[in-house]
Amino acid sequence: MIRTLPNSKTYSLGYRALIAYYFILMFAPLAVVCVLAFNNSIFTSLPWSGFTWDWFIGEGPEKIGFFNDERNMNGVIISFYTAFFVTILTLIIGTLAAFLFEQEEFVGKKYLYFLLIAPLVVPGVILGISILSFSNSMGTYIETNTGLYLKMFAPGFWLVILGQSTYITPYVTLVVMARLKKFDRTLEEAAYNLGANRFEVIWHITLKFLKPAMIAAGAVAFVLSFDNFNTTLFLVGSEPTMPITLFTQVRDGSTPVINAISVLIVTAVCLIAAINLIIAHQKHKVK
Amino acid sequence: MKSSTKKKQFQWHFFVFFIPVFLWIMIMFVLPQGELVRLSFMVPDYSQEEIVNNLSLENYANFFTEPIYWRTFMRTAIFSIFITVIDLIIALPVAFFITKVVGLKFKGLILILTMLPFWVSGLIRVYGWITFFRESGVLNTTLIKMGLIDSPWPMVYNDMSMILCLSYTTILYMIIPIIGVMDSLDDAYIEAAYDLGSNKIIVWFKIIIPHCVPGIISGAIVVFMYAMGSYMTPKLVGGKNSLWFTEQIYDKFIQSDNWNQGAAFGLILLVLSSIMIGIALKLSRQKFNEVVAK
Repeated sequence: MIRTLPNSKTYSLGYRALIAYYFILMFAPLAVVCVLAFNNSIFTSLPWSGFTWDWFIGEGPEKIGFFNDERNMNGVIISFYTAFFVTILTLIIGTLAAFLFEQEEFVGKKYLYFLLIAPLVVPGVILGISILSFSNSMGTYIETNTGLYLKMFAPGFWLVILGQSTYITPYVTLVVMARLKKFDRTLEEAAYNLGANRFEVIWHITLKFLKPAMIAAGAVAFVLSFDNFNTTLFLVGSEPTMPITLFTQVRDGSTPVINAISVLIVTAVCLIAAINLIIAHQKHKVK
Repeated sequence: MKSSTKKKQFQWHFFVFFIPVFLWIMIMFVLPQGELVRLSFMVPDYSQEEIVNNLSLENYANFFTEPIYWRTFMRTAIFSIFITVIDLIIALPVAFFITKVVGLKFKGLILILTMLPFWVSGLIRVYGWITFFRESGVLNTTLIKMGLIDSPWPMVYNDMSMILCLSYTTILYMIIPIIGVMDSLDDAYIEAAYDLGSNKIIVWFKIIIPHCVPGIISGAIVVFMYAMGSYMTPKLVGGKNSLWFTEQIYDKFIQSDNWNQGAAFGLILLVLSSIMIGIALKLSRQKFNEVVAK
């Protein structure tokens, strides 16, 4: 059953076949999408009718490749901008929250912590509609009382960033907190004895210690933001992010340009995974 | 003297952490949820010149009196339970393979292979699923060419495919927490049971699964909530008749512009699914904070 126990051949083979089947099922749809990106046809299906780069660089009129497709290009660019701001915002709030819940004591800490991590299990759709309703009411309230129309309360770029951050902040907090738990607080005391104040200690010592966790949390935040659909769906204005533009295209009928985008994303993900593996391997060697 | 100055510094700096975090939680989470509650109890009255919002339970009453609403909700809940169970049945052997069977040398590689499909955008995975399984899709075309089937199977745009596709997109949320708890299971227990003459089924049900309960519950909560709250997959993969409760919310908010009704639906979804999770936690004697933090 486990490594150390003897197994019958049929059991061992059967089990491995089952696992292999699982992985094939996981990868087959992605592989198919990637292959069809190079199919010289305007439909995303077989038969194979020859190799082409048109879905990447085609200039139309029949086949407009990704790099000439304004709508999809814009979607990707907006997603990058959004993810960038979300990463910064969630890192700030998440790290502050990690310090607050790990190193401070106060009345009602348990309840505030519950509220902080609750967005992890509240469906994204509900986060989306609640933030939409709230900001709409705020906007209306300000407009009726001061006559000012503030664009930031209407669905759009900044509201998407705030909405995504609501859902991503708990992830960042948990990652940073996990590292902060391992921090040896006698290091802080040493610094106090040498005359540092609280903020000097945090800046020079604790944050240095947290750096790897903050990089990891930032990466998680970036990926989650780039992929976010449910919350974004309700907050999006005239600048849709990539998942939203892709969704409308898949729903209303699409060309293989989506496959081309998929190839780019899959390649990026594989590269990141490979780098990850190499780094882990080298660390292993050093040890 | 020294300790008192230190204490003073601590308090001053406590607010630097507390105020932004507290404001963030209030403005981005608590107040919006409150606004949702307020909206859900309001019904606009268009008969007067100026629109007046009246306090009313009508939005909630609609849910119970219009069969399409509560039936859609029940469907969503039952299908989400199916999805959770399917994920659990697949995740257990896969997690076991990764933690206990595969050689230590390949463990990192297999783990990355498990996660890789999930780093790719969720929408692309659903798109891949459609491309692969639909009637003019790659699998059907290939099977016909090979002469195994005569006409294409309808493998997409029905309830079954929706359940399978949602399982496909959520399985990782079940595998990861189970790996977490399985790692801490001492192999010696399995060896001991084996030496005492247990067969594999007994080992699974008496040792492995009981040990994994915290991970299973944590995975089940995430998968269940994710399935209940997903909009994209049911919309794209479900058939004309496969309604999902989130679609009702979307329609009320975006299409029919009846935010009050939509807010009530959102809260019904949140409250009823939280109750279901609460029951699951009670039955398994787990705590929310601990489970989610995993």
